[in-house]
Amino acid sequence: MMDLLNILLSESFWAASLRIATPLIFGVLGALICERAGILNLGIEGIFVVGAMCGWMAVWLGAGLWGGVLAAAAAGALFGLLHAVLTVPLGLSQHVSGLGITLFATSVSYFTYRTALPDVSSPPRIEPFRALDIPLLSDLPFLGPVLFQQTALTWLALLMVALVWYVMNRTALGVAIQAVGDNPDSVDAQGLSVYGLRIGAIVAGSALMALGGAFLTMSAFDAFFFGMVNGRGWVCIALVIFASWRPGKALFGALLFGAFDALQVRLQTEMGALVPGQVFLMAPYILSIIALVIAARSADYPRALLTPWFKGQR
Amino acid sequence: MIRIEPRENPSRAFAVGIPILSAVISLALAAIPLLAAGANPITAYGEMIRGVFGSVFALSEMLTRATPLIFTGLAAALAFRAKLWNIGAEGQLYLGAMAVVAIGSGYLDAPGFVLLPLIILLGAGAGAAGMMAPTYLKVRFGADEVVTTLLLNFIILIFLQMMLEGPLQDPMGLGWPQSAPVLDQGMLPPLMERMRVHSGLIIALVLAGIAQFMLARSVWGFKLRAVGENAAAARHAGINVNRSLFGVAAISGALAGLAGVSEVAGLKGYLTSDLSPGFGYTGIVVAMLAGLSPVGVVVAALFIASVFVGADSMSRAMGVSSFLADLVVSMSLLCVLVGGFLAKYRILRTKEVAS
Repeated sequence: MMDLLNILLSESFWAASLRIATPLIFGVLGALICERAGILNLGIEGIFVVGAMCGWMAVWLGAGLWGGVLAAAAAGALFGLLHAVLTVPLGLSQHVSGLGITLFATSVSYFTYRTALPDVSSPPRIEPFRALDIPLLSDLPFLGPVLFQQTALTWLALLMVALVWYVMNRTALGVAIQAVGDNPDSVDAQGLSVYGLRIGAIVAGSALMALGGAFLTMSAFDAFFFGMVNGRGWVCIALVIFASWRPGKALFGALLFGAFDALQVRLQTEMGALVPGQVFLMAPYILSIIALVIAARSADYPRALLTPWFKGQR
Repeated sequence: MIRIEPRENPSRAFAVGIPILSAVISLALAAIPLLAAGANPITAYGEMIRGVFGSVFALSEMLTRATPLIFTGLAAALAFRAKLWNIGAEGQLYLGAMAVVAIGSGYLDAPGFVLLPLIILLGAGAGAAGMMAPTYLKVRFGADEVVTTLLLNFIILIFLQMMLEGPLQDPMGLGWPQSAPVLDQGMLPPLMERMRVHSGLIIALVLAGIAQFMLARSVWGFKLRAVGENAAAARHAGINVNRSLFGVAAISGALAGLAGVSEVAGLKGYLTSDLSPGFGYTGIVVAMLAGLSPVGVVVAALFIASVFVGADSMSRAMGVSSFLADLVVSMSLLCVLVGGFLAKYRILRTKEVAS
C-alpha cells in the first residue's frame, strides 16, 4: 500500500502519465472533430501509423523535426480526405470505409518503409524532440518535472485542447461543425455547405490523429517499428465517447488513461513476481472498455453520426 | 450540377461484376508501388501468377492460405448481414486455437474419433464465447461493438502470450513461448500426399454451403436479414431482435474460432502468438468483396489467398516487399466500396438544381 502511495506521489509517475497521454490527446481530439461533424473515422489506427512513419521518415531524410511534424500532418490529412470523399459525398458505410483506410494507410506505411530500407534489421534512429528546459519553471518542485520538462509535442497537444475547445465553443465555425453533426438539413437550409464542413472537419481531425502517431516516432521513441501503434487509435475511439465529445473531458480521459498505463508499468516491476506481467498489460485495454460501457448509456451522440446526407434529398 | 439518384433496379450483373472489377483494378494499381520499388510490373505479375498456379504445390499453398480466410470471411459476412460489426475475428481465432491446444496437446489422450470432434466443438465454442461479451455490452449498455471487439483483440493476444508462457507452454519447448504439439490423432487429416492443404478446407466449404442455404432459405436467415435491414421494423414485426443478435454473434464467433482450429489442428500442429498474420482483419475484406454472400466468400478468399501467396513468391524472386499483398487487399476493399456505390446510384449531370 505504501508503495502505491509512493508511486502516486512521485514526480516521475505524473510526468510519465502526461507523456503517455500525449498521443491519445491528439487522437481523441481528432476523433472528436470528425464525430462532432457526424462522421466516425475508424481510419484513426492507420492514420496513426502513417503519421508515425512519415514524421520519422521526413526527419530521417533531413527535413528537421518540425518538417517531420508537418509531413505527418499532411499525410494524415490526405488519408482523411480519402475517408471524407468516400463517406461524405458518396455516403458510403463509415465503418467499412474507416477500416479500409486503416488497412490501406498501414500497408502503404509498411510497404514504403520496407522499400526505403530493404535489409535493415535494427531500425535507423533519428534525433527526437528533447525535453524542454525552461529556466526557472523547469526547476519548480514537482510541477517542473511534470509539466515543464516535457517535449514540445506534449505542449502542442495541450495547446490543441485549448484551440479545439475555443473553436468548437466560441466560433461560428465550431457551431456550424456541431450543427452539421446534429442536423445537416438545418445547416443546408442556412445556405452553408454540409459537404464542405464535413470534409473539412475530417481532414483537420485526421491531421491531428497523425500528430499522435508522429509523437511516437519523434518524441516517445526515436525510430519506426512495425506494430508500434498497437491499438492506440482504437483506444481513442473509446475515449471520445467517454469524453462525451468535449475537448476538456477528452484531455481528462487521456490523462486518466495515461496515469493508469504509467501505474501498470510501475506495478508490474513492483509485483512482477506475484502476478504475470501480462495482467498489467491488459489493464489499459480493459479500462477502455469499462470507460466505454460507463459512458455509452448516457452518451449524447451527435445525432446525425453515421447517417449519410445527400444534397437535395430529404 | 451533379446529382446522385438511386437506381431503380440495381442489376444482378453489378453484384458479380463489381467485385471482379475491384479485384482487377486493385491488382492494376499495384503497378504503382511496384514501379516505385524499382520492379518491372509485368515481370512481377508473371511471378505472382507462377507463384499461385505454377505447380500443384503452389496451388496447394494457395488453398491452404484460403482456408482460414473462408472461416473469418464467413464470420464477418454473417455478422455484417445483421449489422453486428464483429471486428474481433482475430481474437476469436486465437480463442479457438487456445481451446485446441488446451485439450488436444496431451491433456486428453482419447482416440481420434473422440478427440478430433471435441477439438472442433471446443474451438468453435471458445470463439463463440468470445463474441458473447461484446454482444451483451451492446445489447445491455449500448457499448459500440466495433470498439469493444477491436480492443478485445489486443486483450486476447496478451492473454495468449500469458498462456504460452504459463499453463499452455510446452514443457519440452526449451522455454519458447509455444504450446506442446497437438496429438497426432487430434490433427485434421491432410488432403494430399506431401502437401499442406488439409481437410479444414472441406469443413470451410461445407459451412459456406450451409450458411448460403440458411441465409437464403431458412426462417433464421430471414430474421437475420430483417434485423440487419431495419432492426426497428423487425422488432415491430415480432422478431426477437436481441435473440437474433446473440444467435448470429455466437455463429460468427464460432466460425472465427474454427479458423484458429483449422490453422492449429490442420496446419501448424502447435500454437504460437504469430499463428495469424491478421486473418481476422483480412476476413472483413473477404466478406466485403463477397458482397456478404457466403458462396461469394469462398471466391473472394481464393482471390485474396492468391494475392498473398503470389506476392510472397514474387517477393522472394524479385526482392519487392511482400507488404505489397496487404496493399492490394486494402485497395480492393476501397474499390469494392466505391463500386457498391456505383451499383446503387447513378450520377447524373443536370443543367439546373431539381427542387
